[in-house]
Amino acid sequence: MTKEKKTLNLNFGPQHPAAHGVLRLILELDGEIVEKADPHIGLLHRGTEKLIENKTYSQAIPYFDRLDYVAPMNQEHAFALAIEKIMDVEVPIRGQYIRVIFCEIGRILSHILNITTQALDVGALTPSLWGFEEREKLMGFYERVSGSRLHANYFRPGGVHKDLPRGLENDMLDFCKTFPKIIDDLETLLTDNRIFKQRNVDIGIVTKEDALNYSFSGVMLRGSGIHWDLRKSQPYDCYEQIDFKIPIGKNGDCYDRYLCRIEEMRESVKIIEQCLKNLPKGPVKSMDNKLTPPPKKEIKQSMEALIHHFKLFTEGYRVKKDEIYTAVEAPKGEFGVYLISDGTNRPYKCKIRAPGFSHLQAMDYLIKGHMLADVPAVLGSLDIVFGEIDR
Amino acid sequence: MSLTNLEKKINSELNTKINSSRINHEQLEIQIDKDSLLDVVIFLKKNNSTKFRQLIDITAVDYIGSENRFKMIYLFLSHEYNLRINLTFNINENEIVNSLTKIFPSANWMEREVFDMYGIKFNDHPDLRRILTDYGFSGHPLRKDFPITGHTEVRYSEEKKKVVYEPVKLEQNYRNFDYSSPWEGTEYIKEVQKKND
Repeated sequence: MTKEKKTLNLNFGPQHPAAHGVLRLILELDGEIVEKADPHIGLLHRGTEKLIENKTYSQAIPYFDRLDYVAPMNQEHAFALAIEKIMDVEVPIRGQYIRVIFCEIGRILSHILNITTQALDVGALTPSLWGFEEREKLMGFYERVSGSRLHANYFRPGGVHKDLPRGLENDMLDFCKTFPKIIDDLETLLTDNRIFKQRNVDIGIVTKEDALNYSFSGVMLRGSGIHWDLRKSQPYDCYEQIDFKIPIGKNGDCYDRYLCRIEEMRESVKIIEQCLKNLPKGPVKSMDNKLTPPPKKEIKQSMEALIHHFKLFTEGYRVKKDEIYTAVEAPKGEFGVYLISDGTNRPYKCKIRAPGFSHLQAMDYLIKGHMLADVPAVLGSLDIVFGEIDR
Repeated sequence: MSLTNLEKKINSELNTKINSSRINHEQLEIQIDKDSLLDVVIFLKKNNSTKFRQLIDITAVDYIGSENRFKMIYLFLSHEYNLRINLTFNINENEIVNSLTKIFPSANWMEREVFDMYGIKFNDHPDLRRILTDYGFSGHPLRKDFPITGHTEVRYSEEKKKVVYEPVKLEQNYRNFDYSSPWEGTEYIKEVQKKND
């Protein structure tokens, strides 16, 4: 006699606090063991790529803030680099340093959110209270430089919008001095915590081979022991001149990915410190007024500046016919933009490669055979944000 | 291995299958035929001197009005040699593309997205459903003939006590400004000139 196998279908989300957004996960359970996971995504789909095709290049930048909304400037960076490469524009060295500083601030923002919410998912409340206090300070830096805490619209093709306001450099340096202490505090709460380790060690193991096959990038790849970081291997802006290390995991489980993120935050602090100490003087954006608007002061005196200003904010700039794929190491992995320009002031196509998309895809592979209670732990360590997955 | 060496190598090993190749922005772009896709991808993944072991993304472009409407683009990355390669080929609206899911499991969702956005179908795909759009959605949003406003809009109906779908009603037509430079001749002036000629 064969025993009939009964599985239970469980609908996880789309309104579940541990789903990190609007994820609908349909789980097939045999008792408490997950047999199959089918993520339904797209509940936050806003048609970003279609909208970008219908906007000028400068109008497209704010859409990138709204993709991975916990590290907005990293996304803008990929788009700005794509246009710069097509148009062959040189970014002034000060602009490059400022961009790197804010990219690393974005990385810390994202990693704090991920680590603390992952801890929250497995039952630790305190880390999120401590971590969010630090995020608040970092978003304060965002606000002082761009005027908004989240949707910055600060990186522009050719540099950044404005120079740092007075006093910001010192405040960021102060932050770099105090923040490593906070990371230590977070580690005392989590790294050797018995419950945290029981919930994360040996959960969601990814082998090297599978990490490649499933198109993993960023921490998901490094957690499995693959030495790969676009900041080192295909450096952009001034990353080549900066000294930093790439933490690598050993076992490829949730706990190793957590450790990688902690170490990456320490490295990010070092990068910010180095950039601030060596911050060169000079312009922050390209002086080519066919691409970047002239200073406000000039507009009142120079006819040419006035025309440039008017043309840039009505027609926008034109990008010559070309195709390019540029990728940056965003906090979550390889964030890429495949841009096709046709010589007009609007992109013909702009495909956004979001790292979280491939990571979430592997959910079925990662969770098969695990217990139901491991679902939030694995989801937490994938570091998914629905802004970028659903686009 | 440098990009030029890679280009030579691929051209010599796969010369019948490569239509053209060029190096653009430090990436190798190869044009192939639709039918040789699987062979080329397996070669790129398995060969020891290429080792493109990661599929980065799959996408399509809609060149509406041209003979072969869609252009498929496959992006690969080799960690060992730190190189990127793009495979492209053109297809028309009714052609079916072979699926890469057997070679790269991550192709599953990428192909679903291309199907959802452009309506391109894939052979041997295990689960070709829509992925990003709503349940019961019709049309393929990234096609150039799909209006940016869409066809339906949703609202909560107090009478039916549920969310209802209705055709889009716009208070004001979608405004698509022609910002092109009058000094270079805007489209409407060019049309007038053509008529006068």
